[in-house]
Amino acid sequence: MSARRVIAAMVALGAGLVAASAAGGQTIAIVGGTVYPVSGPRIERGTVLVRDGTIVAVGPDVVVPEGATRIDATGKWVTPGLVNAETALGLVEVEAVDETRDMTAKGEHAVAAAFAAADGLNPASPMIAQARADGVTSVVAAPTGGLIAGQAAAIDLVPGAPSTMVLRAPLAIVAEVGNSAQAEVGARGELLGRLRGLFDDVRTYERRHADYERADTRPLSAGPRDLAALVPVLHGTEPLMVHADRASDIEQAIALARDYGIKLIIVGGAEAWQVAPALAAAKVPVLTGSLLNIPDSFGSLGQRQDNATLLRRAGVTVVLIGNSGVEDASAFNVRNIRQDAGTAVAYGLPWDEALRAVTSAPAAVFGLADRIGALRPGLEANVVVWSGDPFELSTRAEHVLVRGREHQKPTREELLTNRYKTLPPEYRR
Amino acid sequence: MINASILWARARRPAGWCAATVLGIGVAALAVACAPGSQRAGGTPGAPPAPARAAAASPGGAGPTPAPGPGALSVPNADPFPSTYTPFPSRVTVIQHATILTAAGPALHDASLLMRDGKVVAVGSQIAAPADAVVIDGTGKYVTPGIIDVHSHIGVYPAPGVAELANGNEATDPNTAYVWAEHSVWPEDPQFPRALAGGVTTMQILPGSANLFGGRSVVVKPVPSRSVQGMKFPGAKYGLKMACGENPKRVYQQRGPSTDMGNVAGYRRAWIQAEEYRRRWDKWNADHKGDPPSRDLGLETLAEVLRGNILVHMHCYRADEMAQMIDVAREFGYHIRAFHHAIEAYKIADLLAKNGIGAAEWADWGGFKMESFDAIRANLALTARAGAHAMIHSDDAAGAQRLNQEVAKAMAAGVAAGIPVTEDEAVKWMTINPAWALGLDGRIGSLEAGKDADVVLWSGTPFSVYAHAEKVWIDGALLFDRSDSAHQWRTDFELDYVPHAGVQR
Repeated sequence: MSARRVIAAMVALGAGLVAASAAGGQTIAIVGGTVYPVSGPRIERGTVLVRDGTIVAVGPDVVVPEGATRIDATGKWVTPGLVNAETALGLVEVEAVDETRDMTAKGEHAVAAAFAAADGLNPASPMIAQARADGVTSVVAAPTGGLIAGQAAAIDLVPGAPSTMVLRAPLAIVAEVGNSAQAEVGARGELLGRLRGLFDDVRTYERRHADYERADTRPLSAGPRDLAALVPVLHGTEPLMVHADRASDIEQAIALARDYGIKLIIVGGAEAWQVAPALAAAKVPVLTGSLLNIPDSFGSLGQRQDNATLLRRAGVTVVLIGNSGVEDASAFNVRNIRQDAGTAVAYGLPWDEALRAVTSAPAAVFGLADRIGALRPGLEANVVVWSGDPFELSTRAEHVLVRGREHQKPTREELLTNRYKTLPPEYRR
Repeated sequence: MINASILWARARRPAGWCAATVLGIGVAALAVACAPGSQRAGGTPGAPPAPARAAAASPGGAGPTPAPGPGALSVPNADPFPSTYTPFPSRVTVIQHATILTAAGPALHDASLLMRDGKVVAVGSQIAAPADAVVIDGTGKYVTPGIIDVHSHIGVYPAPGVAELANGNEATDPNTAYVWAEHSVWPEDPQFPRALAGGVTTMQILPGSANLFGGRSVVVKPVPSRSVQGMKFPGAKYGLKMACGENPKRVYQQRGPSTDMGNVAGYRRAWIQAEEYRRRWDKWNADHKGDPPSRDLGLETLAEVLRGNILVHMHCYRADEMAQMIDVAREFGYHIRAFHHAIEAYKIADLLAKNGIGAAEWADWGGFKMESFDAIRANLALTARAGAHAMIHSDDAAGAQRLNQEVAKAMAAGVAAGIPVTEDEAVKWMTINPAWALGLDGRIGSLEAGKDADVVLWSGTPFSVYAHAEKVWIDGALLFDRSDSAHQWRTDFELDYVPHAGVQR
């Protein structure tokens, strides 16, 4: 880091330093580690000061108030908690067991815009602690299936009721472009026509609401709750997450968003690199992974592992999500987001960019930058102390703070491991 | 949709032997199939392969009517679909100054490896480069044996994952011991070159896990070929795919088996028939009296298992089911070579070790079915600690490309659980141990003089997320080079369809 940058960082953190000196309540100081605030340059032997669940200071010379709990991070790496921006965490336990699946609504004619997936969130899911133990502190829990899958929510991985966990709900509406079967139509063009018809109906519903209530409009293609749920999307205040892989599908989604004033987020984006300039021009972010390079469908023939790298070079905002291609990435292996980040680096993404892509970028894309995604005074104290480079496979998350607290309940995995590492007497027969 | 196809694959899912001496029938054919390699004429790995010998046998198709082959009668070790693989052209090659994980002993630092005529000639620190050798500077790099994936469905569940190409599960009967996976393998599956680029040099292609008896596996090398015969690992034994648990029950819930006890009854009934079939044929083979007994393709495969000529690879998740399958095998006198997936191997690792059974595992997959709910990442470390043959496997064409990373995660989990795993041990999980599971540990899986020169040069430690396989040799021939597109095989399907690297619209 240049001297000028160090000074700038210290100045920027001055306010936090003052606040910290007047510390009260539960105060934790993570000291001595190499701090990657994401919102600013790396700090050697930095301190992250946390009080009452919030970051109050970050810097090289933060005064640790008396009575603060110290976490010694000497030789460790300190980063914001990781954000996995497309999961089914808390919405599914065992994928093959229907009664544990709460991420797919029945909907009407594949439209389920009013479906608030997080209403079915299971705070007792063992996968939540499992993800947290590997440094994931926030996720987007998103519905899947249909033409309009429903509403996604952002949650922090804290114990407690769903209402405690939720950062924002509804966060976004999830839609599909390119998968006709799932959308219950016969062809791509028909799918796009249905979406346009639906959005026209949302406008009618909103603009002629009194007529609608008197049943004085033509029949609309969705029910009132679904139409109402889509109103903020057409106002551009709630983003539309669109699953699209084929380059031409992405172009169609961009055109649709332009025509209806929609704030578009592309999810999947296997061939997004082919239309990177168009995405950059339209300021459309892409949620993608780095683990797939197989032409595994006719909609993703151009899938490649340096997708994120090429998109960033073109100026597209990239959020890395798990795309191992295996369904357990959405819950059981939400924790593997850092393998995606590391692999993206192996395929050309600068390391700092990869860290942003799993912290501040998802926060910014979903309008949560004032809550999570960086180590900056005023943000939620979602902080991880790593034994080394967080993307390396040998690295462990040694301390994970979510909203300023460590949650040290052993995971189910740890309990099983310990039980069988030394067999209990009753099992030694 | 990726997820749907994977769930299908996992839900429903998730060799040849050169013993020509056995009966003296078809010796000539076997000798040709098993001859270690006249060089393939001309061509580069990037280009379509030169015509295989078999294809050129009868110009114009006007030859005499061939005599019945060895498959006309039920003959143990008949080889009706012989391998036509021969090594690709190779040059004498020396890699110098590398860290070499040999899988046969401690890591060698600043060491060299010499390959000639398809074999490893020498590994060590005092190796002079022959005058005609290609010399590769391995400073800062690692060398390992080629990775061996004992559980792959590449070729039988190809990309793109459309129904027309999905040939991995003959889900029409709970016992399809009569099918052979090689008859479903599509050599143009774009997943083959990708596995190769990940350092995989040998793979066992298995039928899926819909059935109690899924059929025969085939061991192949991921090399360009117009036919599966051109990929078959010469002299490798066949495997038999069997499956425990939820998949057969779900697929056959209407007609049965629909319960765990129905599954076990299904295995036992089949083995009773196989035992009788084997007796009948062994007798006829010994005395040739009267007409030969009727042939049955499925029972032929099972009888070969009972004779010890085909290795059993059994999809099984739960500890209690594995314990029961060990008893079934004992009842009928066969051996289970390895349990695959083996999510709960860690619960019975001592039992696996005692019975000499291997466990092929994922690093961290779990939670997708009830029987995978107890998955832990220390599974491989705990299995190895007990002394059982522990190995990684993919079951997935994406995972197959980074088995080194999967091993790294399993190593880290072992360390976290207080079971230190060295790189010397971990490399075995992806090389010599799976070689053992295929019965090929005498030929591949470690870097020792005399072994096949299946070698990977890594950009750094293969257990880093940042590592790439830079060069991959099979039988001493450079088949993949990350820095040279001439050594990056593209399948027919990909031509003008899968965009080249760097091409924007």
